[in-house]
Amino acid sequence: MNYQAQVNVTLKKSVLDPQGKTVLHALHSLGFEETRDVRVGKYFEVKVEASDVKKAEEKIRKMCEKLLINPVIEQYSFKVSEG
Amino acid sequence: MKAAVLVFPGSNCDTDCFHALKDVMKMSVEYVWHKERSLAKVDLVVLPGGFSYGDYLRTGAIARFSPAMEAVKKHADQGRYVIGICNGFQILLEAGLLPGAMLRNKTLSFICKRVWLKVEDVNNPFTCRLKKNGVLSVPIAHGEGNYYCDDDVLKKLQDQSRVVFRYCSQAGQLGESFNPNGSRDHIAGLVSEKRNVLGMMPHPERVSEAILGCEDGKKIWESLLAEVSS
Repeated sequence: MNYQAQVNVTLKKSVLDPQGKTVLHALHSLGFEETRDVRVGKYFEVKVEASDVKKAEEKIRKMCEKLLINPVIEQYSFKVSEG
Repeated sequence: MKAAVLVFPGSNCDTDCFHALKDVMKMSVEYVWHKERSLAKVDLVVLPGGFSYGDYLRTGAIARFSPAMEAVKKHADQGRYVIGICNGFQILLEAGLLPGAMLRNKTLSFICKRVWLKVEDVNNPFTCRLKKNGVLSVPIAHGEGNYYCDDDVLKKLQDQSRVVFRYCSQAGQLGESFNPNGSRDHIAGLVSEKRNVLGMMPHPERVSEAILGCEDGKKIWESLLAEVSS
């Protein structure tokens, strides 16, 4: 079966995000004063073959832990669907 | 003294490191391509600066899986010396040979300039010929040198005197205005628990001979030479 994972990576809450702060200030200066905070992250689309959805999820989790994220500064979440 | 300079696709300070060690310091030096699985018996391995794998994903994140990095880990486990400069430091962090991680500079811009470094520790092979609390002038050139670690790791680094260099003023004062990239606790360089692995963002190889206007970086190589020959 073919699966597709959508992986979102963000900096941990405890880590300052200077890029997010800069975007926040830009939004404020463009008139979006109601913006409270912005965090900039990364998004991956990973296509993977697996016998079932559980196996696909397990593979994606391993990919995240091993390469896609750095657990010192980042956290991740993902969704796996057929396709 | 024998040294190896690792070369990754995208390394661009490898030739400078090679020149400083071979022509200036008269060491026996060889290049080692990142695909090599073993290292000849050398005293020192240098992970040079640059943009290994184009800094894709995260700085150093892909280079850390190069075959040569397994050999570097073995070399370090045997208590021999490793220095990672700039991108080399980033690779050591990703490889887990040093704790912590690098974030984008607080200014979000690439910074290329001379900075002042306070020598915070001389009880390690890289600065044993330097004066504690002395100040060095060494250039930085990076976009991601904003060192980060959590509170527990920071305390451990402080308790074990593993912070070797901090960004400072010319007079050696610490402060936000002397910290170019937002690095935690003004950290510019640190050593491993066994003190045989050093990671530093500034480039000592660029200030290793008088013709370059400064020889402050040479003192690190002199310390290593003294340590190895002792």
